[in-house]
Amino acid sequence: MASCSCGETTDQSKEAAMQKVFDQYRDIKGGLIPVLQEAQDIYGYLPKEVLQQIAKEMKLPYSNVFGVCTFYAQFHLKPRGRNIIRICLGTACHVRGGAKIFEAAQEALGVGQGGTTEDLRFTLETVACIGACGLSPCMMVNDNTHGRLKPQEVAGIFETYK
Amino acid sequence: MQNLNEVRGKYQQQYKEKIARPRIVVGLGTCGIAAGGDKVMAALKEQVAARGLDADIDFTSCIGMCYREPMVEIALPGLPAVIYGDIFPDKVEKLLEGHIVNKTPVLEWAAFQIPGDAAPYEGIEVMEQTSYYSKQVRSVTSRLGRTNPETIVDYMATGGYEGLEKALAMDRLDVIEEVKKSGLRGRGGGGFPTGVKWSFVYGAQGEKKYAVCNADEGDPGAFMDRSVLEGDPHAVLEGMAIAGFAIGADEGYIYCRAEYPLAIKRLNMAIAEAEAHGLLGDNILESGFSFRVKIKAGAGAFVCGEETALLNSIEGLRGMPRVRPPFPAHKGLFGLPTVLNNVETYANVPFIIRNGSDWYAGMGTEKSKGSKVFCLTGKVNNTGLMEVPMGITLRDIIFTIGGGIQEDKKFKAVQSGGPSGGCIPTEHLDTPIDYDSLGAIGSIMGSGGLVVMDEGTCMVDVAKFFLNFTQLESCGKCTPCREGTKRMLEILQRICDGEGEIEDLDTLERLCRVIKSSALCGLGQTCPNPIATTMRYFKDEYVAHIKDKRCPAGVCKALLQYTILEDKCTGCGVCLRACPSGAITGEKKKPHTIDIDLCIKCGACIQKCKFDAIVKK
Amino acid sequence: MEMVKLTINGNEIEVPAGTTILKAAEQMGIDIPTLCFLEELSSVGACRMCVVEVKGARALVASCAAAVAPGMEVQTHSPAVMEARKMILDLMVANHPLDCMTCDKMGDCKLADLCYEYGVKESIFKGEKHNYPVETSNPFIMRDMNKCILCGRCVRACAEITGQDTIDFINRGFDSKIAPFFDTELVDSDCVFCGQCVSVCPTGALVEKQMSGKGRRWELSKVRTTCPFCGTGCNFDLWVKDDQIVGVASNPDAPANGRALCVKGRFGWDFVHNENRITTPLIKKDGEFVEASWDEALNLIADSLKEIKEKNGPDSFAALSSARCTNEENYLVQKFTRAVMGTNNVDHCART
Repeated sequence: MASCSCGETTDQSKEAAMQKVFDQYRDIKGGLIPVLQEAQDIYGYLPKEVLQQIAKEMKLPYSNVFGVCTFYAQFHLKPRGRNIIRICLGTACHVRGGAKIFEAAQEALGVGQGGTTEDLRFTLETVACIGACGLSPCMMVNDNTHGRLKPQEVAGIFETYK
Repeated sequence: MQNLNEVRGKYQQQYKEKIARPRIVVGLGTCGIAAGGDKVMAALKEQVAARGLDADIDFTSCIGMCYREPMVEIALPGLPAVIYGDIFPDKVEKLLEGHIVNKTPVLEWAAFQIPGDAAPYEGIEVMEQTSYYSKQVRSVTSRLGRTNPETIVDYMATGGYEGLEKALAMDRLDVIEEVKKSGLRGRGGGGFPTGVKWSFVYGAQGEKKYAVCNADEGDPGAFMDRSVLEGDPHAVLEGMAIAGFAIGADEGYIYCRAEYPLAIKRLNMAIAEAEAHGLLGDNILESGFSFRVKIKAGAGAFVCGEETALLNSIEGLRGMPRVRPPFPAHKGLFGLPTVLNNVETYANVPFIIRNGSDWYAGMGTEKSKGSKVFCLTGKVNNTGLMEVPMGITLRDIIFTIGGGIQEDKKFKAVQSGGPSGGCIPTEHLDTPIDYDSLGAIGSIMGSGGLVVMDEGTCMVDVAKFFLNFTQLESCGKCTPCREGTKRMLEILQRICDGEGEIEDLDTLERLCRVIKSSALCGLGQTCPNPIATTMRYFKDEYVAHIKDKRCPAGVCKALLQYTILEDKCTGCGVCLRACPSGAITGEKKKPHTIDIDLCIKCGACIQKCKFDAIVKK
Repeated sequence: MEMVKLTINGNEIEVPAGTTILKAAEQMGIDIPTLCFLEELSSVGACRMCVVEVKGARALVASCAAAVAPGMEVQTHSPAVMEARKMILDLMVANHPLDCMTCDKMGDCKLADLCYEYGVKESIFKGEKHNYPVETSNPFIMRDMNKCILCGRCVRACAEITGQDTIDFINRGFDSKIAPFFDTELVDSDCVFCGQCVSVCPTGALVEKQMSGKGRRWELSKVRTTCPFCGTGCNFDLWVKDDQIVGVASNPDAPANGRALCVKGRFGWDFVHNENRITTPLIKKDGEFVEASWDEALNLIADSLKEIKEKNGPDSFAALSSARCTNEENYLVQKFTRAVMGTNNVDHCART
């Protein structure tokens, strides 16, 4: 069968990366959350099989691992976009029109809260405060903070993220 | 110690040389970057290089004036440093031309100046005389916006690690005594005396002890800790090391929320540098004391700001609070004695040890000593970070430092303490703020967020906003918080939708009382505060929603009515065409009308009307 | 032992240091209601039903988890406490199906008992209730998570008694739920169906499927027995109605096992009423099994064994015993083989 092997290679390199993570955290008390964080960085989300592997490597019950990853807002069980948009709806942004920014973002992307665009380019989320209240309303795209937003600017900012 | 003095001397020299050069400094805290500071930085670099100007380019963190970001400081040798506000890339050319090439500050963009020993420039306010800074003190924030946070050189040249050095030469109990005498109370919100907490951990039995820093700043509207971590990360590490020495801990954890990537980056850099200088690690400064710090990134749960939930989270568990007692001082991280303080508390410690407890206790009120960092946000002109002495009034903060309400609207309330705090009305603006006075008026100090609300804010909507937050962030362990927040939110939603009944107010009051008394953790117990205070101070607004089906502030959509003003309507028909529900009728060139039964209150008509003829009330 | 003096409802009592307020009150005959607390499990103080007023404390205190302190002044039924308990029950009921008339737990439901005691008839709240599908896909446990009050007893029983850790809390806040890995049904999880979770559930969230519809709890009587499945000697009570077993109730006082049972002991009793069960000895005569008396059967065995030993020597005999026998029975088998039959040919199915 003529096939591209890059998918396979990627899977292999992901597994190798996971092994490194396990080697780093296996014997560290309280290592589960960093392992989940690193696994999510590697896979983009937390697939069931990866969670099972984590449970085995960290010698934890499956149920505990699942309990932890459903407790924290940061962990995701479904694939997510390459770029994560987090619109701040904290108090300061709320009183300065954060909801309108969120509406504009929904319109620009065609997805709602927690939604991912079909091309897996963006995932849209809301966040309760990113600590840039002095520049409200604001949002984060990946690790970049954008402040003093106006609804009409939002789509243009998204365009700069491929 | 000889070695450290040598290093310090070398760094002081380096720092002196650095500030003796013509230099341009860009504010690159998260807020500065968000406002476009990095683009300004790029433009500055490009133009300085292209024009071959003799000036160094450096960066610093947030000086506090968020409303003027991006900010750029320019200083020429022997002359005052001028801090410019709202500097965008298009202003860079003129700025360089004026201040660097022609050595004349660009007055219209200057926010203030810091003369130092030099004679001040004419026409620019001196920092301490500006309305924003005149009521402030700069102690724990003294390096913010002044030094480069990514190098230990600046830190050590400005007194850094002198506190640790001094502490290591002291008796451990004397260190604790010094902190006790300073009157420092926990800056995370609880206000527990820090020295007393340390003495509990000192006396606790355990094979190992921990010093943990709570940097899970989750209150919406609060970014004090982020600013300190980004602007002075070494101060937090030094404070933790002093605490570790005093209580007998050899390991520390900083639990920082993942939403603060820059803070985590700078902390990691600071830890590496401190370890390289022998200021963290084994046998610090040959004292026999060893201390290592690890960073744990939070994973997105507000409740982890509660200390026992935070410990569970570090242990890799669900971040649910534990029942207390036992308190963390006796059974904390991994079941061992643990001292937990927040970022600002730790950052204060090196200053207290270096300058002495009397210096610190000289600031503030009788029961709340020292200074407190606040974040002022919301409908106020000057949003930003500020450090003020305890005992200052809210009026000073909002109207002097904050410059009053945006668009000259009327002040209505200020929310202190985040979702666990309360809304404070006009009548209490002159209360001198400290831990106890804020408690007396139904709010809390909290971590230091102050969100200002104007007359256009609906207090029921605000209460609903906070309840929505606490409801989403409730860990779900105890019944009152898990089920109670949900029901309070549902009742508030009904009231905002015009479906409230007057009995709902009684139910809300009872729920507030029971949740406050019976929830498991501090967050649960304080989550009714926004409802309790808005009901206490703005009950008439609740009643208006319920009885008159009216939202006095004009916020609650379901209670608004759109009407066309006959005298302003020209009958152009634009609104009629924009209305998606066919609620607008009228003949051409004659005033139109809105059928309120058909109106879905989408607001499309108001947006389209060119004559301001449509109002919502 | 260090003793601590405190007052509860105005009366002084002295108890050993480390005693919880709940236990101290119990000694005085004061009944403090509990839901998440269970003697054999760790205390988490989560449901907040057991809150009491302690003078000087900022908030009410969970008596199941808080230890007594010298000079403590406790009120177990003050107005603030009663208001809190009633509200907590109300909040639980607000998110609980009120189909008690058809609920299998009726008569044995702790939530219903407390609502009766505190006069909570129906909730004052009209709002969202959970609407999870009821899980009936396995033969042993019916799981109706709509009736779950998230006391977490099942989670702790699974972890602390069985050591299986099949279930845990998932999600948070109002969406909290107790579930196995990936929120599957039990049948798709690593559940061993020991049923410890069912035995500790205070509501109708977890019930024995076999008992469903077989009778109200007050119609049933309990008969203490020892489990016939293995040599551990687990003790439990049989739920009996009209001389028929309808279920098993494990008993925390059982000496060998406490509340713990395995799937066989808790759910494997249905063979008792199987029509195919042999109830008298059978002797094969002319190729056919014929019913016989015990005397007849035992005499036949004794005669035959004697005959074999005499004819072919003791080593022509071997005894193999079963793990379903008790220790004592196994001892007797080897004693009989060695002392009576005179051979060492004795073995046991669980020897390896």
